[in-house]
Amino acid sequence: MDTMVRDNRTENAVNGNRNEQQPQERFVAPMATVLENGDGYTLQVEMPGVNKEGLEMWVENNELTIIGRRSLPTVQGSLVHREMRRDNFRRAFELDPSIDAAKISAKIEHGVLTLALPKAEQVKPRKITVS
Amino acid sequence: MDRFTNLRDEINSLFEGPFWSNTMRTPQLFNGWAPALDLYQTNDDVVAMVELPGMRKEDIDISLHDGMLTISGERKDETPEGDKTARTERFVGKFRRSISLPTRVDVNKVNATYKDGMLTVTLPKAEEVKPKQIQVNVS
Repeated sequence: MDTMVRDNRTENAVNGNRNEQQPQERFVAPMATVLENGDGYTLQVEMPGVNKEGLEMWVENNELTIIGRRSLPTVQGSLVHREMRRDNFRRAFELDPSIDAAKISAKIEHGVLTLALPKAEQVKPRKITVS
Repeated sequence: MDRFTNLRDEINSLFEGPFWSNTMRTPQLFNGWAPALDLYQTNDDVVAMVELPGMRKEDIDISLHDGMLTISGERKDETPEGDKTARTERFVGKFRRSISLPTRVDVNKVNATYKDGMLTVTLPKAEEVKPKQIQVNVS
């Protein structure tokens, strides 16, 4: 079970500590793709520069929140051209009621987070055979 | 080519929404997408950092031609058969990003690493353009 379910208060406490140094933590919404089949959903979220340690996810009130903090390589030099934003990622998804939140699993590889969100057994399409 | 790409990016940035605001990945003049790139200059190197999540190392091409660094490749569509797409924001297919380098580099010593979806290309400056300490003898 890779899924993390966290109390929102915990998150606030973490952010509270951060606030002492930085007035606000800025986030940007990462790009995502959602796939569906009979067994459930697959959510792919692009988080370049994020590894397992930088991930925080939780489900609350049927809403899945994902935070990815980036550990970008640092270069000791002057920036000549810039397109990238340095902000960490945050995005929330409302879960379809058919999803069994207890069975969500996650992995991150090459900066892409993949979540498997299986449907609860009772809502899976079932073939009925006539005897 | 690159000048036009940048111009297009600037125009696109006027219309960016929350999901696109950190990227330059809107379709470009060629039929594909372009990843975001940062370029640094240190004493000894020129360093390019590119956002390329979800790639296979062997699908990334790096080339250098006339002082122009080009990073290109293809991200394969890995949607399993039988899956429906409920929402697609990620780009698949060919990408290309070119940038002219601020100084001459040593083509034979270029080094690239790919980690957590970030590509870092280190291009050592050519010897003749490296800053040199000059000894002044006062007699």
